[in-house]
Amino acid sequence: MSLFKVFDVAGSAMNAQSVRLNVTASNLANAGSVSGDPERVYRARQPIFSSFQETLADHSGISGVRLDGIVESSAPVELRYQPEHPEADEHGNVYVSNVNTIEEMVNMISASRSYRNNVEIINTTKDLLLQTLSLGR
Amino acid sequence: MEFQSLGIHEQALKFRALRNQVLSSNIANADTPNYKARDLEFKDALIGAQSGQLSLKTTSELHQQAWSTVRGSGRMMYRVPSQPTLDGNTVETDVEQAAFAENALQYRASLAFLDGKLRTLRYALKGTD
Repeated sequence: MSLFKVFDVAGSAMNAQSVRLNVTASNLANAGSVSGDPERVYRARQPIFSSFQETLADHSGISGVRLDGIVESSAPVELRYQPEHPEADEHGNVYVSNVNTIEEMVNMISASRSYRNNVEIINTTKDLLLQTLSLGR
Repeated sequence: MEFQSLGIHEQALKFRALRNQVLSSNIANADTPNYKARDLEFKDALIGAQSGQLSLKTTSELHQQAWSTVRGSGRMMYRVPSQPTLDGNTVETDVEQAAFAENALQYRASLAFLDGKLRTLRYALKGTD
């Protein structure tokens, strides 16, 4: 029964969205972190999605979501003059992570909505399959 | 094996199942950059099912039928979005959700029709409910 592929498709999307939620949580947790070394300061991370269909179905048009990787934001880190900070460098500067809290909150809402959508898809399809099973009873 | 007595509903059910997959694939890829939303046209599938087969004209036995004309499948078309997006994704979640709900309802309708047909057959065989 071809409807079973929906579980793979929606499942892959749920997996991708949960990774996105995890990354957002990590970004928000590190939003205010500072470091004396601009190379070592936390940078915001973003997952990269792409669609794939090789293994799921022979049918073109039905594709799941694949996680291609997680990239670090290249936005500049904020420089803050704070000579009393224990991590401050020789000029008295610390570097603050480039996490944009507003962006992350929006990402969180979007990820949770998409996750829910896919749960609904699975529920509806499960109903349809169960109904099909009881056909002719 | 196909039962003639089940009418068009068997193929309608297949079409609905396929469309369910295409729409769920759209919703799954709502956040995938450059993903293009697709949908199936019911009209094409109906014409294909009614005329037995909507087929390409073949002049040799070696000629192959195009995939899109295979019975009960219908053509896969790209959706035209009403609003552009920055990442090249053409999925509009509300449109897809409405189409998905509609399709699920039509799947249930096809199931109900099939159920009625089967009930009728059983009644004819047994003579009682």
